[in-house]
Amino acid sequence: MRVMVFVKATEDSEQGMQPSAELSQMFIDMGKFNEELVNAGVLVAGDGLKPSSFGKRVAFDGPGRTVIDGPFAETRELVAGYWIWEVKDMDEAVEWVKRCPNPMFGPSEIEIRPFYEMEDFVDVIPDEAAAIHDGVGEKLANR
Amino acid sequence: MAADPTLRATEAVFRIERARLIAGLARLTRDVDRAEELAQDALLVAMTEWPSSGVPANPGAWLMAAAKRRAIDGIRHAQMRERKHAEIARELDEEQGMSADALEAALDDPLGDELLGLIFAACHPVIGPEGRAALTLRLVGGLTVEEIARAFLSNEAAIAARITRAKKAIGKAGVAFAVPRGAELAVRLPSVLEVVYLIFNEGYAATAGLSLVRPPLCGEAQRLGRILAGLMPEQPEVLGLLALMEIQASRLAARAGPDGQFVPLTEQNRARWDQLLIRRGLNALARVEALGGADGSYALQAALAACHARARRAEDTDWRRIAALYDRLRQVMPSPVVELNRAVAHSMAFGPDAGLALVDAIADAAALRHYAPLPAARGDFLFRAGRRAEAKAQFEAAAALAGNDRERDYLLRRAADC
Repeated sequence: MRVMVFVKATEDSEQGMQPSAELSQMFIDMGKFNEELVNAGVLVAGDGLKPSSFGKRVAFDGPGRTVIDGPFAETRELVAGYWIWEVKDMDEAVEWVKRCPNPMFGPSEIEIRPFYEMEDFVDVIPDEAAAIHDGVGEKLANR
Repeated sequence: MAADPTLRATEAVFRIERARLIAGLARLTRDVDRAEELAQDALLVAMTEWPSSGVPANPGAWLMAAAKRRAIDGIRHAQMRERKHAEIARELDEEQGMSADALEAALDDPLGDELLGLIFAACHPVIGPEGRAALTLRLVGGLTVEEIARAFLSNEAAIAARITRAKKAIGKAGVAFAVPRGAELAVRLPSVLEVVYLIFNEGYAATAGLSLVRPPLCGEAQRLGRILAGLMPEQPEVLGLLALMEIQASRLAARAGPDGQFVPLTEQNRARWDQLLIRRGLNALARVEALGGADGSYALQAALAACHARARRAEDTDWRRIAALYDRLRQVMPSPVVELNRAVAHSMAFGPDAGLALVDAIADAAALRHYAPLPAARGDFLFRAGRRAEAKAQFEAAAALAGNDRERDYLLRRAADC
């Protein structure tokens, strides 16, 4: 199964990267962890994200679209980085996350979310919607 | 699955560590069966102790240490039985010293060398390709015999016997659980890559039975390919095979239509292709080219797959480039199947008559006598050349040879359209 692993932001990470011995060490530790993930055939993709001050949001309300510039307040709910992993099950994903060096200087949190798989849609999406989904696919492909 | 959180965590840790444990223990004992037993023993110890002590900080090293104690106990018992006490007293120290060193080496293996050593042993050419595949899935993939049997549409007894024979062959040949170096690596690597691709293809195009695609095997092969690429990042053919599998796997969801029927490449809904896997495949291919390995057989096949992956619509496909790649592939990997695919590529690049000329040149190849894609391709060329009646006969002949029901249905539909 495929999971997305979110590294949650902290006050620190929202400040951006400041060169320091601690940060250098974290890069080394994180590099080793990433290498372990690669050697186990688990890592599919992953990247770090800049602080939310670089980000934008688009708020939807009916037909309305409002663009909101970062930074955003609710730091604990922000994402500072992500991986995509291929694992057997959630238990295995949890064990891999436990092995991750603390990605932040203080207390921090990593969240694991499984991807929807094709089977999950079978009972949820009506045939009509599936046909539109395919139609959109063709339009995209024909562009 | 156990309901207790610690037991579930223990099982997950064991699944992550199992192959590495077996690899380290096999190197130590030179006996795969014994290594599997020792790993299993270590799991049992963990399942007894971890619920009260908690999962240790470095569970892999903990499991290895537990297995190591068992291994040394075993060596001692064997020595007690076989030798006089006086001899044992003298030799035990030496033996222990040596084993301890070997174990330390096995414990501290940041390069994953021992896992690679296990893969090379399981894929040793003294074992037949199917035996290699079963043993690799069991030892490295951690699949049960039952799962392997299901994946290969075989029965458990046959797979178990195949694995036993493979282990015996390794033992008899005195295969070392080490990564071959230099010239030997060049000799041994192809038999590893062959097995990984065999596993992938078993999953990708089931040759018999109802199910067209059995994704778990594709996933296992991709995982093996990613492990190999992680551990041997400078081997162009390893990266070539990985690129090939990633790109082919990107189409898994698009290969079967709503009713499970087979959808050929040119008719697939490309929005369903997994762009993440395509990107991984193209990146791996770029590294192959940077390493100067673009003419390897897997690299060329990956480059072919990449041509399709890059085309947003089927009609954008660069068939001339595909035809040129097949012209090179037939030099590197001569086979009737490559010749047939080359004929198809030339028909797309230069018209159906070009395809017919090439396919006529190989029609007598013994390997293609009962090969459904040959009449299927000829049927397609004839159809496009406007020779409908001849095309119909070819599609019907192909349908009679088709290996699975989905493909047969597709060919019969094409015959009906003539």
